[in-house]
Amino acid sequence: MGLFTELKDSISRAASTLFSEEDPKRIGIYGPPNAGKTTLANRIARDWTGDAVGPESHVPHETRRARRKEDVEIERDGKTVNIDIVDTPGVTTKVDYTEFLEHDMEKDDAVRRSREATEGVAEAMHWLREDVDGVIYVLDSTEDPFTQVNTMLIGIIESQDLPVLILANKIDLDESSVQRIRNAYPQHETTELSALEGDNMDEVYDQIAEYFG
Amino acid sequence: MAEAKHPEDEDGVQIDLISAERMDGKTTMEKIRMILDGVRDNNIVILEAGLTPDEESRLIEVTMTEISPDEFNGIEIETYPKSQADDSSLLGRLMGKEETKKLTVIGPANQIETLHKDETLISALVSRK
Repeated sequence: MGLFTELKDSISRAASTLFSEEDPKRIGIYGPPNAGKTTLANRIARDWTGDAVGPESHVPHETRRARRKEDVEIERDGKTVNIDIVDTPGVTTKVDYTEFLEHDMEKDDAVRRSREATEGVAEAMHWLREDVDGVIYVLDSTEDPFTQVNTMLIGIIESQDLPVLILANKIDLDESSVQRIRNAYPQHETTELSALEGDNMDEVYDQIAEYFG
Repeated sequence: MAEAKHPEDEDGVQIDLISAERMDGKTTMEKIRMILDGVRDNNIVILEAGLTPDEESRLIEVTMTEISPDEFNGIEIETYPKSQADDSSLLGRLMGKEETKKLTVIGPANQIETLHKDETLISALVSRK
């Protein structure tokens, strides 16, 4: 115990004040298209601020711009965790406008949507490298989690040493398999939920407070 | 790739196997350019040593800026998933480094389809243009 230890303690106290009291941490909600990221962002925002973040849709790439909801105060066990939620466009390595035509869209609208979607994915990647302090990674538990995009994104998040909470969404559906996600990413804890139905949100908020508080 | 000769017969599928040595010393953008130039010529690019997470992140970003309707839909990319053995590699952890070099297959999204992937096998179907 000496000068060095005292200096380290004092820096850590200063950092803790800086990050926990003054600046809300920016938590990016990431995941593949149609995992339920906006539904989750809206659920969190409505539960704690009364407002929504953005429109939800079953058509992929509904969210084509990163949207931030600032100063969301989550109360757990008498303590308050203050975060900014950043709802990001679903990440993919390919966008084909003809897939939107299957959702009763005219060609011009489909082409515009695909162009906006590509810009949105690039924007989401930029946020991940530069502007988020932690990540909530949302997966559709009815789908195979073992995809290249998921593997790459989780690798990118790990390489940046960002805290990451994996959420297995859509447990209200019969085909849901949370265990498949746990098997795919055993190095991280997985919490199950239905953002649409609000199932298990208490545990999700406990985890948010633990990971990002 | 710039120096590769393109066969007159367009029916074939060109596969470029790029050695780790060839990628060594290149900047991130030089690597990405080399990959995307190959893929946009409808070639399948196989990297002996793969990319770092940061390079993968930038590859996704640059790919997105190049997608163009009826011309280029993006890429399909596959690497072996991280194995359990890698996670528990005591020596790797003690040495402070993890093995990230993994063979990576990249191709045009409309020409390559992954049929099966596990820790030791990637099986892909490559179709002509």
